[in-house]
Amino acid sequence: MSDLLTHWRKFKREPYAVWLGFALIGFALVLLPFATDAAMGRSWVRILDHTLLYIMLALGLNIVVGFAGLLDLGYVAFFAVGAYLYALLASPQFDLHLPFWTLLPLGALVACMFGVLLGAPTLRLRGDYLAIVTLGFGEIIRIFLNNLNAPVNITNGPQGLNMIDPIMIGDFSFSRTQQVLGITFSSVHNYYYLFLALTLLIIFISIRLENSRIGRAWVAVREDEVAAQAMGINTRNVKLLAFAMGASFGGVSGGLFAGFQGFVSPESFHLTESIMVLCMVVLGGMGHIPGVILGAVLLSILPEALRYIGPLEEALFGRVIVDPADLRLLILGLAMVLIMLLRPAGLWPSPVQRREFAHHDES
Amino acid sequence: MTASTESSLLLKASGISKHFGGLAALMDVSLTIHHKEIYGLIGPNGAGKTTLFNLLTGLYSADSGTITFDGINLSGKQPHEVTQTGIARTFQNIRLFANMTALENVMVGRSVRTHAGVFGAILLNQKTRDEERAIRHRAKELLIYTGIGHHSQMLAKNMSYGDQRRLEIARALATDPKLLALDEPAAGMNATETAALRKLLESIRLSGVTILLIEHDVKLVMGLCDRIAVLDYGKKIAEGIPTEVRRDPAVIGAYLGGAIA
Repeated sequence: MSDLLTHWRKFKREPYAVWLGFALIGFALVLLPFATDAAMGRSWVRILDHTLLYIMLALGLNIVVGFAGLLDLGYVAFFAVGAYLYALLASPQFDLHLPFWTLLPLGALVACMFGVLLGAPTLRLRGDYLAIVTLGFGEIIRIFLNNLNAPVNITNGPQGLNMIDPIMIGDFSFSRTQQVLGITFSSVHNYYYLFLALTLLIIFISIRLENSRIGRAWVAVREDEVAAQAMGINTRNVKLLAFAMGASFGGVSGGLFAGFQGFVSPESFHLTESIMVLCMVVLGGMGHIPGVILGAVLLSILPEALRYIGPLEEALFGRVIVDPADLRLLILGLAMVLIMLLRPAGLWPSPVQRREFAHHDES
Repeated sequence: MTASTESSLLLKASGISKHFGGLAALMDVSLTIHHKEIYGLIGPNGAGKTTLFNLLTGLYSADSGTITFDGINLSGKQPHEVTQTGIARTFQNIRLFANMTALENVMVGRSVRTHAGVFGAILLNQKTRDEERAIRHRAKELLIYTGIGHHSQMLAKNMSYGDQRRLEIARALATDPKLLALDEPAAGMNATETAALRKLLESIRLSGVTILLIEHDVKLVMGLCDRIAVLDYGKKIAEGIPTEVRRDPAVIGAYLGGAIA
């Protein structure tokens, strides 16, 4: 058994093994929507699309909460900013129809600015106090969106904006069924590949930032702000940068969401969404990118999977005893409590501890 | 050593006062530190040593008085700006980045002398790559220099107390300081560890870094420092070379007490 383990460890260090692993994962990700479509139906491909959006959100919040240690409970505001920016600039509301390639960076940029807007007044706050202010910020954005229909109608209020332009790159419309190389790609498949590409880009950016001078400064601020200052780190700039970078990922995700759904309303940007994204980060393993991705995948898939409890109850007891919608939240809550009790650092925490043990083995 | 000229002046604090509410932590304290000396700051608990430290490093701002470091006026400067001008410090109650490795802790110290921004980090161009390599290299050097090179991959929080003290010094040295300010570096160390620390501090001084030392270990201070200032109740009651200071009746009365007399 231990022999097998040593062989596996050795194998893992081989460069070709790493590339083989990447190739297999890539292959699986490419085939995933077709396999899901065949096995579980098209609605599950849509869930995959949503999962990818959540991964982007979780990775954005991970920069703020996981790396820089700033507890942000209003993160969904940046998602909302991205979504509404896209909706306003690509819908009949103002009869503006900007192309996708300008909307995406613009969404990131405007969300960035909102990130700084939130960050600037909260620089001196930490922990619970910061959480309360960010929570307020998130609500303010939502309430603004809800009420900016009078005296001048900008956001169309609680009705939200619809008929948002679908995402188009050149003449390629993502919301139409397309034939490429003789293979039929339906709308949800198209969006899957687009979202996957952007998710990979965001993962790439996250990893690069984590292993940089900037990433170390974020972690230093998280670990001890006074010591970080004494080491010459401009903590004000470093924190604002964390807010801005985190927000920009949220903005991108929001823009994609608007284009994908074709409809946005303030309903989608409730506090519960912020909490959900925060749960993904905490559950997966704060500050550890693979962990955060795992958290996002689990928490976006699990609630959907729990829908099957209804039919299950019927099969077992002959009737639905508890409404699956209620049970979903109950089970989700229970799962969260259990995971936090049993694995407080998250399901897949950063491997520094493991690295350390490896170091002791060598010496 | 005592015959220092004006040109070798590194730090000059004059007329520093600091009040916390009704408590006068420091009253009209002046001191000068010269290039390449080891300057000791001693005094009983609550004498204002750490307050003075925090004023020098920008953590507090003085109610009155001026601090000039290497020709630059430090008043109103933020802690990170003070570090930029060349003062690095350690803390009385160790303040390491607990969940980072020893190497990463020291790498953070290089931050103030390096420049890579967001785009450099994302694109990882040649310049950033070279800078990152230099940061890592320098950090490793400093870990070896301070005698904890073999612990580079260990989390700071899991290191032994003495090694944590060393790591704080390595991290401070990473900022390329002209003045290294150490707040009770020997606190809680045994005799062997203190002797090793003394060796390290002497070697740092030889490398051209000036040292300001707050310390309770009288033997260490007396043996190591070129000059000493004694604080008591926020006032400087003596300053001079160790042999003079230890004979000063005010100092004996206030601090050294029966142990020396």
